[in-house]
Amino acid sequence: MLSYLVTRLAQAVVVVFAMSVIVFVGVFAIGNPIDVMIDPGATQEIRQQMIEKYGFDQPLYVQYWTFLENVFQGDMGTSLVYNIPVIELVFSRFPATLELVLVAVGIAAVIGIPAGLWAGYRPESKSAKLIMALSVLGFSVPTFWIGMLLIMGFAVELGVLPSGGRGDVGSFLGISTSLATADGWSHIILPAINLSLFKMGLLIRLTRAGMVEAMSMDYVRFARAQGLPDNQIVFSHILRNISIPIVTVFGLELGSTLAFAVVTESVFTWPGVGKLIIDSIMQLDRPVMVSYLVLVVILFVFINLAVDLIYAWLDPRVRLKGGA
Amino acid sequence: MTAALEVRGLTTQFETRGGVVTAVNNVSFKVEPGKVLGLVGESGSGKSVTGFSIMGLIDNPGRVTAGEIFVHGVDMRKLSATEQRQMRGRDIAMVFQDPMMTLNPVLRIGDQMAMAVRVHEKTTKRAAWDRARAALEIVGIPSAGERLWAYPHQLSGGMRQRVAIATALLHQPAVILADEPTTALDVSIQGQILAEVRRLADETNTAIVWVTHDLAVISSFADDIAVMYAGRIVETGTAEEVIANPRHPYTRGLIESVPSLHQAGEKLPQIPGATPQLSKLPQGCPFRPRCNVANQACLGEPPAHDLSGRRVVCHRPLEAAA
Repeated sequence: MLSYLVTRLAQAVVVVFAMSVIVFVGVFAIGNPIDVMIDPGATQEIRQQMIEKYGFDQPLYVQYWTFLENVFQGDMGTSLVYNIPVIELVFSRFPATLELVLVAVGIAAVIGIPAGLWAGYRPESKSAKLIMALSVLGFSVPTFWIGMLLIMGFAVELGVLPSGGRGDVGSFLGISTSLATADGWSHIILPAINLSLFKMGLLIRLTRAGMVEAMSMDYVRFARAQGLPDNQIVFSHILRNISIPIVTVFGLELGSTLAFAVVTESVFTWPGVGKLIIDSIMQLDRPVMVSYLVLVVILFVFINLAVDLIYAWLDPRVRLKGGA
Repeated sequence: MTAALEVRGLTTQFETRGGVVTAVNNVSFKVEPGKVLGLVGESGSGKSVTGFSIMGLIDNPGRVTAGEIFVHGVDMRKLSATEQRQMRGRDIAMVFQDPMMTLNPVLRIGDQMAMAVRVHEKTTKRAAWDRARAALEIVGIPSAGERLWAYPHQLSGGMRQRVAIATALLHQPAVILADEPTTALDVSIQGQILAEVRRLADETNTAIVWVTHDLAVISSFADDIAVMYAGRIVETGTAEEVIANPRHPYTRGLIESVPSLHQAGEKLPQIPGATPQLSKLPQGCPFRPRCNVANQACLGEPPAHDLSGRRVVCHRPLEAAA
């Protein structure tokens, strides 16, 4: 178990390192940030000054080395655009994304898993067929378009919900979040639904597939032969057996949504990190890109770690080993 | 005495693309408490489907279309779905063929068995675990208390089958249907389990229907034998009589093809051909094309003959040996 954790963390360090190299080389290949940063009308002298200040005149490996030295002193750098420390910048935006994504995956799980269970339990019923048809819509209709429809419907036509922004932010356990205020909830509900539809479709199909397969298994028949009622068979016997693929996809989706909720954030002008990363790529704001991506890698590592631990808890045949 | 299980005219049909297939055709038999009935037949003869039909576990597209199933006098088919469910596990239980698949891989043995206890009895979880341990001890599982904490993959096939049998025994049902429970096990384990089950039938007065394709196994172990072919019971009688004196040509064919009844080096007699597909049964007696005594008369539906405690469904039953 311990060796497993150590291996996992070591892997994470390697991934972070490799990723930072890729970002450095990538940004270097795209262009010189200085061209975006300063006024095109600035004199050659000012331009040269800026280049030297940021070290852009140095060869790439020297720039990278400086970056590493700073990181090990706890300094991820300063945003070239906003001119504030990137850590501060990213963490000022991150809670907004986190709360949006958590509400979205929550909605997806709470609706998607039971709907999938039902669709697999009675695959021939009309309701099951309707659920499956809707699930196809869920992950085939573009997110931004559904987002605009939601705004049109609920914000413009009905006028019951706001069209964008984060709303009032309250404090809960020292964390400022819009989940602490009613106004915050009214702002989060539309983007969260929008963000959840794809995941909901995915969870429905995955759960249904597992359920259909499990229903024909001998252990289910044996449970029925013992006289167990169907609801107990589904929730005590089947659900745990079919959870592994569900947890896997749930984890992956949680991670990728946290990292790349940008479409929904743009449509609903939600001040999250998705918007930040797109802006920083446009402006070649390298420190922001690097530290944001490091954060994403760390997130993925932790989510995968949690998924693996849940596997081991769900299925006694899974053993966590170091090395592999 | 009321029979523990009596089946009358049981018929189960499946709707397939090729039309309606009758997997179990007008099957009747009866088992007294404490007796073992061997239900023998080749693969596809409908013996397992008969078991599942009795349990009420036939799923779409299959359906029990006719017949009565009396479990200690109560007709299961007249009960509501809930009442039927309440009888399952309590009055009639089943053990399946493959012990590797019957137990839920992600739950502890104790939790699975406790669930089976508590569905029919209001007891504490602790009391249910105690009951489960007692049941494991009855089927001869050593250090039963520890086994309750194990997951199925930590037990051998034989152990898992004993767990399944113990689960079936939890409520001391009137009948246990055993669907080839030793087929997947080693011969030595098979012998142990057969001896265990025979002892249980005698001691607890449970009736047992032992579904098998293996006539050699059942001959030494069952009180009565019913031979199935193409969804019908073609011959019934006491185990001794049926083995010593088969009256249906199919039964004789089965007995003659058991290797242990022959000298080494002797050519083993075989029944020619294969079990017919249920969707394409030959006209008249379904065994006719493979039968060595068939004649023109066999093109009609075979009649049933009741011969002193025996029942044979055949146009030309074999003569009793002298």
